[in-house]
Amino acid sequence: MKRFWSLLFLLVPIGGVATFLVAPYFNIVLPRDVSVHGRVIDNLFMFILYLTGAVFIVTELVLFYFMWKYDAKSNSKPVKYSHGSHSLEIVWTILPAVTLLFIAIYQMDAWATAKMNPPNIKPHAEVTGRQFNWDFRYPGGDDELYTEDDIVRTDGKLYLPVDEDILLKITSADVLHSFFLPNLRLKQDVVPGMTQSMWFKAKKTGGYDIVCAELCGWGHYKMKGRVFFLPREEYDQKILEMAAEQNTMRVDLPDEDE
Amino acid sequence: MSTVTADVHSGDHADHAHAGGFLRTYVFSLDHKIIGLQFLFSSLIWFFVGGLLALGIRWQLAYPWAPMPILGNMLAGAEGGQIAPENYTMLVTMHATVMIFFVIIPVLAGAFGNFLIPLMIGAEDMAVPVLNMLSYWFMWPAFIVMGASFFVEGGAAQGGWTSYPPLSVILEAAPGSLNGQTLWLIALTMVGISSMMGSVNYMTTIIQMRAPGMTMFRLPMTIWGMFITAILQAFALPVLTAAGFMQLLDRVAGTGFFLADGATANNALMASGGGQPLLWQHLFWFYSHPAVYIMILPAMGMVSDILSTFARKPLFGYKPMVYSIGGIAGLGFIVWGHHMFVSGMNPMLGMTFMVATMMIALPSAIKTFNWLGTLWGGKIQYTTPMLFAISFVSMFIIGGLSGIFMAATPVDIFIHDTYYIVAHFHYVLFAGTAMAVFGAIYYWFPKMFGRMMNDAWGKVHFALTFVLLNCVFFPMHILGWTGFPRRLADPYHYETFRNLLPLNQFISWCAFIMVGVQVIFVINFFWSMFFGPKAGRNPWHSNGLEWQAPSPPGHGNFDFQPQIYRGPYEYGSPEVEEDYYPQTQPPPAE
Ligand SMILES: [Cu+2]
Ligand SMILES: [Cu+2]
Repeated sequence: MKRFWSLLFLLVPIGGVATFLVAPYFNIVLPRDVSVHGRVIDNLFMFILYLTGAVFIVTELVLFYFMWKYDAKSNSKPVKYSHGSHSLEIVWTILPAVTLLFIAIYQMDAWATAKMNPPNIKPHAEVTGRQFNWDFRYPGGDDELYTEDDIVRTDGKLYLPVDEDILLKITSADVLHSFFLPNLRLKQDVVPGMTQSMWFKAKKTGGYDIVCAELCGWGHYKMKGRVFFLPREEYDQKILEMAAEQNTMRVDLPDEDE
Repeated sequence: MSTVTADVHSGDHADHAHAGGFLRTYVFSLDHKIIGLQFLFSSLIWFFVGGLLALGIRWQLAYPWAPMPILGNMLAGAEGGQIAPENYTMLVTMHATVMIFFVIIPVLAGAFGNFLIPLMIGAEDMAVPVLNMLSYWFMWPAFIVMGASFFVEGGAAQGGWTSYPPLSVILEAAPGSLNGQTLWLIALTMVGISSMMGSVNYMTTIIQMRAPGMTMFRLPMTIWGMFITAILQAFALPVLTAAGFMQLLDRVAGTGFFLADGATANNALMASGGGQPLLWQHLFWFYSHPAVYIMILPAMGMVSDILSTFARKPLFGYKPMVYSIGGIAGLGFIVWGHHMFVSGMNPMLGMTFMVATMMIALPSAIKTFNWLGTLWGGKIQYTTPMLFAISFVSMFIIGGLSGIFMAATPVDIFIHDTYYIVAHFHYVLFAGTAMAVFGAIYYWFPKMFGRMMNDAWGKVHFALTFVLLNCVFFPMHILGWTGFPRRLADPYHYETFRNLLPLNQFISWCAFIMVGVQVIFVINFFWSMFFGPKAGRNPWHSNGLEWQAPSPPGHGNFDFQPQIYRGPYEYGSPEVEEDYYPQTQPPPAE
């Protein structure tokens, strides 16, 4: 029986590694990264994946080997009457401690870039989560939010220029939501009563999903938006278009319920 | 520490056992063993309920909006068995609530804590048996209130098991926030009272009632796990209870602890305000992070005992193991913020919590290496409990390592609230704790009922569950890799997640089969209770003190006065002929 049981446990590292190796063939991978900072996060993810993957394979193989070798029926030697080993304990305390500390320090920069050092520019838009929609307010011609010429959109489409530093103000009108941009590796819960910032730089044009990642009620699953990154001229054009549309629609300020 | 002599003691208690009649003996019993079994049975029943709720979730993710056969009407309550979106959020909320508060915590502390503590330390019962009985009977109001919440207007709570305000506080924010959430909070308070009574009792018993010779460093790891868990409960639970009361007041008295000024949802404007939604998250996780350890330390203890027994070899690194759970308990109180990296909490604070969280991985690593060390050079007997215990080690490696991704703050920005997290905590709580609990049931069943469970069927149960659980939970890692969010009733209308439907169908079918396979366990359990072969006192040739008592032990536990000479892990000792050396066996005369 030892063969059966140890081989069953050998399936764990084999299946685990195989899952990650096969997934890309089914296009199950990190979504396409279109941000400038995203690569740092992806590299960190892959670094931890390789590191933990190695630890995973080695420990699971050791487990398999012990199960194979020290089976009561085939191991005729007397058991090792040992209560532990000081030197081993020291080795396997210090090694992981150093590794973990290294990861901790190594990642601090990426965290600071994403969450602590906003660019010194005016916000491109204000994002408001509400059950169950993402609303966007653009500053309009004067580049200032909360003025007469603001453009307010409730169609869940956010337009931003590509290849430029972007600053967004994000908040919530009711409950918690989370503004998640999978293709930009960014996520930030929005909290009523708190205005937060989010910043990034997109390097590819196109439309990408905005996902709500914090449970916000029955319609959480359909709280979907799209962000479009446009070349500068197209973006300016789009803003003018939206401003013109707004003037004909006579939307009331400051905001409107759908 | 009892000083009565053996015969007086057992004779005295034999009377008690039969004097009370059925109600005193089996229902309102003061005997820690009966109370332990009561906890065990109610946890197993709720385990079944929680499993059914999970099936509803898996059905919706595999066949969104398709009517669910058989269970649909029961779980979703809507026409034709289709799961409505608000009912989907209710399913995720209640699946987690039931599994955490009605299954894992009560089965570890309530069932095994109660049954094993006095037996393993050589006491005749808990320090305060009445408190012990009350700790079980306070679970019942919780069971009833939580069960009733499914039937009130709006249905059971829908705010997630984390109950983040304002969703959980503003009545109009979700149907489940209308009434269900109030009942949820009341039920949780009852569970809290029950746990508190239990943990006070456990601490007192372990400190005060050990048999002569049972020093702290001769305690089995199970007892250390229970002891540290009891301490964690006692310090962390008051915070959750207070926070629960504050949320209750926000809901019924309009206090606004967790509501910002001008809070509104679904066109209802709240009069109250001036509070902070994030305050709840801090208070909630101040309890619920330590609760993660409450849900695993006793399991780690039981696994250590089973591994050593069936490796026929002393536990490797007993003291480092004890110090690591001590370390986990200490660090466990300063890492709660890792649940809040993207919540809006100060990012500077995030860095602090990140470093503390990285460090708490260390004691877990040390424990894993020591378990491997225990197997090294042993003579492993592949019994059913041993297979479950080894699987705990194998699965805990996965659950522990995947935690490092979340501790790394920049990576957590991406994987927070995705299926990566779902994979991680199911590897810890299902593949880890639940498998350890299965192992513990197979291992201590002979002590509980005096009969053995069927080993062959046990192994079938093990092999199928082990393979299927990996098919269910391992692919969730790669789902999370794509950013697939949790708690979404229909994720497939996002372009990013459209291609994940087939994988989800595979996971769901494995989950359905896995739940079905548990029938083998249920039948084996009940059949063996009545018809299993008689076990005798020490069927596994274990050293532990509990195996010196009769199976099942009578009222008062021991029919002799236990005197302890050594720790519980002296397997293969050169001092004796046999390969085991019970804690009560006097050393050979010189
Ligand atoms: Cu949402
Ligand atoms: Cu935690």
